[in-house]
Amino acid sequence: MKSEKLKKLLAVCLLLACCFLTPARAEALDAKRNVLSNGLVVLHSENHSLPIVMVTLIVKAGQSDERKEKAGLANLLSELLTEGTEKRKSKDISEEIDFIGASLDASAGGDYTTVTLSVLKKDIHKGFDLFSDILLHPVFPQAELERKREQIKGFLKQREEEPSFLAGRAFKKGVFGEHPYGRLIEGSPETIDVIKRDDLVEFHSTYFLPNNSILSVAGDLTSHELDALMNAYLAEWKPHGLVKKDRGRPDEKKIKKVIKIDKDLTQANIILGNPGVSRDNPDYYALAVMNYIFGGGGFSSRLMHSIREKMGLAYDVHSFFAAYKEGGSFQIGLQTKNESANTAIGEILKQAEGIMEEYVSDEELSDAKSYLTGSFKRRLDTTRKIADFIASIEFFNLGLDYDKKYPDFINAVTKDDVLRVAKKHIAAENSVLVVVANQKKAELKY
Amino acid sequence: MQNNCPDSPDDRHIMVYLIMKCVRIIIVFLFLLIPVIVCGSDIKEYKLKNGLKVIIVEEHKAPVATFQIWYRVGLRDEPAGKSGMSHLLEHMMFKGTPKYGPSVLARIIQKNGGTGNAHTTKDHTAYFEIVPSDRIMLPVELEADRMKNLILDPKEVLSERSVVMEERRLRYEDDPQNSLFEEVVAAAFKVHPYQRPIIGWMSEIKSIEREDLYSYYKTYYSPGNAVIIIVGDVNADEMMKKIREHFEALPSEPVEKQMPSVEPEQQGERRVTLKREAELPFIILAYHAPNFPHEDNYALDVLNLILSGGKSTRLYQSLVYEKKIALSASADYSSFNIDPYLFYFFASAAPGKDIKDLEEALFAEVEKIKKEQPSESEVQKAKNQIEASFIMEQDSIYMQAMKYGMFEMLGDWRLIDKYLEGIRKVTAEDVMNVARKYLKEENRTVGILIPTKKVKSEK
Repeated sequence: MKSEKLKKLLAVCLLLACCFLTPARAEALDAKRNVLSNGLVVLHSENHSLPIVMVTLIVKAGQSDERKEKAGLANLLSELLTEGTEKRKSKDISEEIDFIGASLDASAGGDYTTVTLSVLKKDIHKGFDLFSDILLHPVFPQAELERKREQIKGFLKQREEEPSFLAGRAFKKGVFGEHPYGRLIEGSPETIDVIKRDDLVEFHSTYFLPNNSILSVAGDLTSHELDALMNAYLAEWKPHGLVKKDRGRPDEKKIKKVIKIDKDLTQANIILGNPGVSRDNPDYYALAVMNYIFGGGGFSSRLMHSIREKMGLAYDVHSFFAAYKEGGSFQIGLQTKNESANTAIGEILKQAEGIMEEYVSDEELSDAKSYLTGSFKRRLDTTRKIADFIASIEFFNLGLDYDKKYPDFINAVTKDDVLRVAKKHIAAENSVLVVVANQKKAELKY
Repeated sequence: MQNNCPDSPDDRHIMVYLIMKCVRIIIVFLFLLIPVIVCGSDIKEYKLKNGLKVIIVEEHKAPVATFQIWYRVGLRDEPAGKSGMSHLLEHMMFKGTPKYGPSVLARIIQKNGGTGNAHTTKDHTAYFEIVPSDRIMLPVELEADRMKNLILDPKEVLSERSVVMEERRLRYEDDPQNSLFEEVVAAAFKVHPYQRPIIGWMSEIKSIEREDLYSYYKTYYSPGNAVIIIVGDVNADEMMKKIREHFEALPSEPVEKQMPSVEPEQQGERRVTLKREAELPFIILAYHAPNFPHEDNYALDVLNLILSGGKSTRLYQSLVYEKKIALSASADYSSFNIDPYLFYFFASAAPGKDIKDLEEALFAEVEKIKKEQPSESEVQKAKNQIEASFIMEQDSIYMQAMKYGMFEMLGDWRLIDKYLEGIRKVTAEDVMNVARKYLKEENRTVGILIPTKKVKSEK
């Protein structure tokens, strides 16, 4: 659907804007952290300006914990949480949530699965009741499993018509190879077909544990009220032994690939990039600064300046580092008419060479730092953003004072650092180039 | 514009706009700078003598603020043969003045930790910045400067035209569903400018010259044709001092808006098909429907949510869940346009399913709601969703400002209350009646995407 596409586009924009910046915060985050006796980490940020409550739960299990032949399991599981519990059928759940104008969603990612609830304060009990029910008592009915399986396969088929989907899928696979990050979160039709109900039940009982989760709650709720909700709805959540599997990091072997996909399009959809860094890499902050200057900073970036503004070659051109727990990627993306593909790729390479060989200017450095530090406040300006932010800083062990430390991390970056990390993490000899285009018209030189 | 966010939201997705058929606004304002404080609310309203209206909402929960300026000009005002002019001008607004060169505005905002963007719709063009609140004075000067002093350098126009053509390729040419959407809208309207795409037809974008843009800019970008909305951690008095300093001296010429041609009543079904490389068939139904504040639009909004306000509602339950004939199915209606627009249905066929059967299933849902009133619970659910979304949106200063801007374009932000009152009064019978009145065969346009050859892809 079109609206979904637009949402996706917007999501990409947000990703471009925030991806490498991670969350941020306002003056007084004042989040409280508690570890319950069952091991659940509970984070709470109180704010009574609006009668709303936002809840984010991170369960530390995702794509990385799936077996290759059952790829798509984490995603399928998250999609089925709202499709039936011991006491509610699929329609009961959606009816109860829709009736109060709330939302309750689950989604899986590379590192973890999130379950979110957005609800008016007056409906908080109904909201928590549903939230705990889908979290603790999903039954994964066989009929719902079959239905969802077909839906996911249908969406995968439909997305074959999106050039950006084809390019993104080929790029992931090219960069991460056999590592789970190299797969679509949905898996493939073949792997989705072999997932059984028992696999879902087992994954749920293995990983959906309080001692493997982070709960964050923001909004119009006092600590006392939160405690009461926890007792009423999550008291029965019992911990047990966690099987800690080594997820493994993506291979570091050298790759150099050009992947051409032919399709009857007016534009070439281009992605060029290479393996990147994990979230705990010490170069993370220097990379944030470098990437802002290079291609992450919108109209302040070099790529935008040259490729869009000077050459008029593209509407969208950007770069970003996606940094996960076990690894990451760096990518530059743009779309330009088939006939300009060679020119655009040539310019990307030239710009990449530039940032890898010469110091950035003082002005570029200081503008990047002031954006990255100054935009922090904006990243915590809604209750939803606060709930998500405190959950993710907990997941990445950044500490609840991360907001206070972040400006120092950024301000410590020097021109030498920028040059060094560009040389180290933009790798021409270790790159994947994907071009989805009318190949005849594009006549690629690469 | 910034960060490449879509700056021309498709007209289906932006709700907004004026209700006034021509701009009468400029004449009246002799009282200057009298804040109108509405009881029980922190909304302050001002009018400068040049006609510029300013709305300020002090909201101190986070140290951020948004500055938005909305111009009453959009697709609706474009001359024939120049579709896409409002949108191209929106892009050019980032290309500089003698004081601040190309993209300098965006850079200044960013290095102060802010962000900005703009969007063009059928009826208006809006620009916004979101900044840490101690920098909120910055956009005031920048926006005043580009309201008056845009350069429109011919070389920049040429370059930006090709950027917009790339944007069109990205969003429409290479997107089969969006292409079908353009076809349907173009067939549904014969004479009204809503017929055209906001981004413009390719050949028309190409034909827009610097002089076209310049006279368009001079005509529509003036204080009397604009509204400023500020929401956030600000002090209204200080804001107004700064706004007066930069905007009050700008001259205001009365804007004489052309009345667009009135769309004649549709008297029979229209059909379009599009054969394109695609994976799954896709169908759009579009019925002409009234705009706010028509007496029927409240019931139509409720109808829209009864059909597709979440997974528990009719289209998903029937077509996706029960019959498994559709991969997705939804309705879409927004009454917030200056002129009457469309009530849509969208559905894509599940793999292996026939688009004809899907079409029949959609019609069956339409007939059902015409025959029988929805349940009280369905009506109440839709109302609850609207009320909840109004509260949730207030969590974001940006969304709050968007809402005020949207209702300002419709005439007055106070219409928000009228709207909610209208929604509360809707009955199950009203819903059935509007379905009968508007969802008629002779009032609809049907568009079908027929996939042609298979996609070749290396995996």
